[in-house]
Amino acid sequence: MEITLRSLWTMIHGMGFGALYLLACSGALVELYRLTSASPSSPSTPSQQRFLKVYLVAMVILAWAVVLTGAYVIYPWYRAAPPPGAADLAAFPQRLLMSKPATIGWHTLGMEWKEHVAWFAPISITMAAFVFIRYGRNLAHHKQLRAAVLGFAAASFIAAGIAGFFGAMIDKYAPVQGGPTIQITRGEEK
Amino acid sequence: MNPTALVSAPNPQALTNGSGAAAILAAAIGAFALAVLAIAADKLPGIKAALIFYKPTGPLSGVTTAAILLWLIVWIALDLRWRKKTVALGLVSGVAFTLLILSFLLTFPPIADLF
Repeated sequence: MEITLRSLWTMIHGMGFGALYLLACSGALVELYRLTSASPSSPSTPSQQRFLKVYLVAMVILAWAVVLTGAYVIYPWYRAAPPPGAADLAAFPQRLLMSKPATIGWHTLGMEWKEHVAWFAPISITMAAFVFIRYGRNLAHHKQLRAAVLGFAAASFIAAGIAGFFGAMIDKYAPVQGGPTIQITRGEEK
Repeated sequence: MNPTALVSAPNPQALTNGSGAAAILAAAIGAFALAVLAIAADKLPGIKAALIFYKPTGPLSGVTTAAILLWLIVWIALDLRWRKKTVALGLVSGVAFTLLILSFLLTFPPIADLF
């Protein structure tokens, strides 16, 4: 079993940071809603608030890790230009997608949207984390502020979802691969 | 449950909404700036060339770096101005969500290509 360095980085970016961020989003939305609700029947404890602060900071780190690895590690491999006359485009995913009418949309719509919309996720969640850390349970008494934080957290989820969906589909049709091969296990021939 | 472990009754007067409003509006301005810069880099060769901060990533490097810098500068400026004030959050939120929705729309290629 082996994997190329580029595939490994793509996995770290998408299945590691990206998928984990998407999973964390639903939890953040529920907890932000619950811990900042004005309901006296479910008051939050300082430890619950501390946990959510740490959780949101972890999400901020994850969100920035996704876009930074995407833009500065994976994307240069994705958009690399092949040498003139190259027949095999497997190592040049953007050109491979653009070489066929059936796949060109994954670049012109998918990647073109993903590469920009993805950045709304870290910007929005950084804001949401800052406001929660600053206001904590007081957010329950700033209803418009609370609504805005929940709205931006939801927007972060949507942006990450769009980027994640197109990232997965693009990698299905034109995977980023190549570079040194890393051997994980050595199997026996049958 | 130990009642003393519960958060004491918050005093909404103690914290003004200015700091939160600054963060919300700045985030929306940052997102909108990113969308506008992305269109500008796509349509105008001069801006595209100017925004190539890191050649392997192309203009995306400049679009995102410039938008993030603008976001942080606006955030700091608004926070310094509003942190001790109570601002009209309904208006700020309305502007922020309008900018955020526009940002999503302007980065959508079929709409971006209209410009």
